[in-house]
Amino acid sequence: MRYLPKSDSERREMLAAIGIDSIEQLYSHLPEQAVLHRPLAIEPGKSEYEIVDYFKKMGERCATGYPSFLGAGSYTHFRPVMCDVVASRGEFLTSYTPYQAEMAQGTLTTIFEFQTMLCQLTGMDVANASMYDGSTGIPEAAMMAMRITGRHKVLVSRAVHPEYRQVLLTYAKYQGVPVVEFGYETATGQADLADLEAKLDNATACVIIQSPNFFGCIEKWKDIAAVTHSKGALLVYSFAEAASLGILEPPRDADIVVGELQSFAHPPSYGGPYSGIIATKEKFVRQIPGRLVGETKDADGRRAFCLTLSTREQHIRREKATSNICTNQALIALMGTVFMSIYGKEGLRELAQQNLSKAHYLAKGLKPRFSAPFFNEFVVAAGDKSAADVNAALLEKKIIGGLDLGRFYPELAGCMLLCATEVSRREHMDAVKQAFV
Amino acid sequence: MPGKTRDHISQNESLLFEMSSPGKKGYQLPDLDVPQVDAAEALGAANVRDEIEDFPEVSEVEVIRHFTRLSTWNYGIDLGLFPLGSCTMKYNPRVNEAVARTEGLLWAHPYQPAEVAQGAMEVMAHLEAALAEITGMDAVTLEPAAGAHGELTGVLLIRAALEARGYARKKIIIPDSAHGTNPATAAMVGYSVQNLRSNAQGMVDVAELAKLVDEDTAGLMVTNPNTIGVFEQDIVKITSLMHEKGALVYMDGANMNALVGLARPGDFGIDVMHLNLHKTFSTPHGGGGPGAGAVAVKAHLEPFLPAPRLKTVGGQWQWDYNRPQTIGKVRAFYGNFGVLVRALAYIMAHGGPGLRNATLDALLNANYIRKGLEPYFDLPYKSPSMHECVFSDDRQAKLGVKTMDMAKRLIDYGFHPYTVAFPLIVHGALMIEPTETESKPEMDAFIQAMIAIAKEVESDPQMVLKAPHHTRTSRVDEVGAARKPVLRWKPTTLASKAAD
Repeated sequence: MRYLPKSDSERREMLAAIGIDSIEQLYSHLPEQAVLHRPLAIEPGKSEYEIVDYFKKMGERCATGYPSFLGAGSYTHFRPVMCDVVASRGEFLTSYTPYQAEMAQGTLTTIFEFQTMLCQLTGMDVANASMYDGSTGIPEAAMMAMRITGRHKVLVSRAVHPEYRQVLLTYAKYQGVPVVEFGYETATGQADLADLEAKLDNATACVIIQSPNFFGCIEKWKDIAAVTHSKGALLVYSFAEAASLGILEPPRDADIVVGELQSFAHPPSYGGPYSGIIATKEKFVRQIPGRLVGETKDADGRRAFCLTLSTREQHIRREKATSNICTNQALIALMGTVFMSIYGKEGLRELAQQNLSKAHYLAKGLKPRFSAPFFNEFVVAAGDKSAADVNAALLEKKIIGGLDLGRFYPELAGCMLLCATEVSRREHMDAVKQAFV
Repeated sequence: MPGKTRDHISQNESLLFEMSSPGKKGYQLPDLDVPQVDAAEALGAANVRDEIEDFPEVSEVEVIRHFTRLSTWNYGIDLGLFPLGSCTMKYNPRVNEAVARTEGLLWAHPYQPAEVAQGAMEVMAHLEAALAEITGMDAVTLEPAAGAHGELTGVLLIRAALEARGYARKKIIIPDSAHGTNPATAAMVGYSVQNLRSNAQGMVDVAELAKLVDEDTAGLMVTNPNTIGVFEQDIVKITSLMHEKGALVYMDGANMNALVGLARPGDFGIDVMHLNLHKTFSTPHGGGGPGAGAVAVKAHLEPFLPAPRLKTVGGQWQWDYNRPQTIGKVRAFYGNFGVLVRALAYIMAHGGPGLRNATLDALLNANYIRKGLEPYFDLPYKSPSMHECVFSDDRQAKLGVKTMDMAKRLIDYGFHPYTVAFPLIVHGALMIEPTETESKPEMDAFIQAMIAIAKEVESDPQMVLKAPHHTRTSRVDEVGAARKPVLRWKPTTLASKAAD
């Protein structure tokens, strides 16, 4: 077998060195009931050609090449070739978590750059080396806020991604954490400040919002921060569309920023792997979950990097750790670092500007459901045609339309969430508009 | 000969921020085919940021050189044996990378209609079935993003199932040899952790376990083979004992590379377990992720699995969200799909009989190394090794040299260190897992390096204590890093201002 680099004669030599006659002796001590006495019912090994062919066939059953106007937490952006080129280097791809600093300065240096760029983008002082994704970052941020404040109630906006909220509920369920949702304004699509104020109390650890929110609306986070802080709670600002960071004012008034970086170099890939991030203020650094890379020196006084503040983590603190997280999304974060380097200061701005322009072109002439400003996605009101009808008509033209919001918000049944990015072409956007007529 | 006038260039690469210059570009976007929108008008001036302060501005050429130079400061499986115990650093087949980039799979959106996502769904169903067969379990969820995330899912399943029976119970028993993620996970699900001491063979002490388990015990989290690479001889007794008390058994599948095709957790009484697809099933570690932590369960836990579940209706795959007893979602969407593609490609390449052969070679390699090193290092537990072997630095520590020092010296011989100082039940542990994808010459070279180090400890301990000597970076000051953390780059002008 091509992945097993031994000849039979080498195996025999090794058995002889060990002092046994057959390889079966290596597991003859296993209890009888545990041993499998038949071959696994999985087809015999396939050639590289057959494997490539199988996945090609599977890919062909997934709307290859269709333009798509879906966003909702997974965005279609162009991926600079360099991202794959760098991430395919074996020294990055096949390396381990950089515990052995002297042999992992490459990974450690890129993570330090990643942490720095995320701080610059979010306006925070500290960013970690990545989380699994945006959705799992939310409960991690909530637990962090609970540790900081010593409080146990979590308020979350209904305009936060519905699946992120579901993940929050799963994590919170057995930790005695009441999760209370507050609503959105039906006219603007932004978080309802009055509802937030009514539910906010001295037991509240944090208020979680998303901006742009699930409807694409930019939140009034400065107002929300003022209200949140008036009761001593922390503001958790989340984002699902990282491309928005290139143009939106960074949420400096937030205490914790948590987000999804999929837009930076990773394709939708049917939902993963993506890469999350948590950033915060300097004073909260000892409560941040996940890996952190710090600058230090080697024995000769030269600049070097290593994992640091690991006394927060599970392998040291076990059941008293800040989180059970171990593996993160290093390679996806590396792709994101390359993406941010390629685009740079001006490029991220221009990329965001193009997204803004395309989405506003798409929205022009359609009936927006909400009045708040939006970045690259927005909700179209249900008109004579339902979201389902429009999507069916588009699919016939080999275009994937938007998300039918009735699935997550019964009160918005028939409304559609549409997204345009720099890769959306005018002719396809015109076709989408036409489908609503 | 004059000395060097400046440092070696690729060994002294600057940070991106330090090579930045205003106006340098590494990108070009196509011209807009729609009118440009005024950002302040569309978003409100207060919502529009000024420039991204200090963000790098570099060219494409500098980007490729930067990351390529940095990559040479790293070590990966592609460079050689990577004997990290419990991490299963095996070869990552490149065809897996190729198929994960299949156009239709790469760009499939998680919310695109099922009728145009059939291929992605079938890949997942195919993998679920293969993993169920390999583990001897009845159902598999692919939603968890990593091993620890799979553990969280598994313990949530235990809690949900016990709650459905009327009482969630209070504690989880965890052997002292377990990974730190196990107790951290139990705590996240609201369970207290009861520590179980290992016996003289490094295994679960059944008599001790029997004393601990009672009506408040929700379950046992067991790693099998355990972290010293030993198969739990009494595993059938252990699972029966737990079941008699109405408790469930979770298996940490970190060491599943020792069992695939040989023994199935479902057959020895495990109720729920996770698999690290980035260990056993060869998906790349990538410097710390992404992984995937598939969770396999017996039928009685199936109703509680995370939503949605795959089902077929009229020959078409669909997502079933109607799961009234589900623990909920542990992650948005369906899991780390790209990692799942790679794992399935690996299983297809080996096939059923081949997977067993791979396991046998993993056992052979570990035992070959054990035999080769036993004369030179203390072996605290003599029980038969499966896929890894664990020594202690007992002999060397008497001469003032510890496991970490020898690990650093191993770097000078061109190998990545073994796992240092874990598991906790072995004082000064050297935990070595070669995996099946190492050749005999590679392992012979490793054994020779370890023996050479053992001899150096006796003849020239300073050589080992000050290692590594042949790397770009000498021993890194980790204590200093934690004392005054510098976690981001800042322009020197600002830093010096702050110092004033």
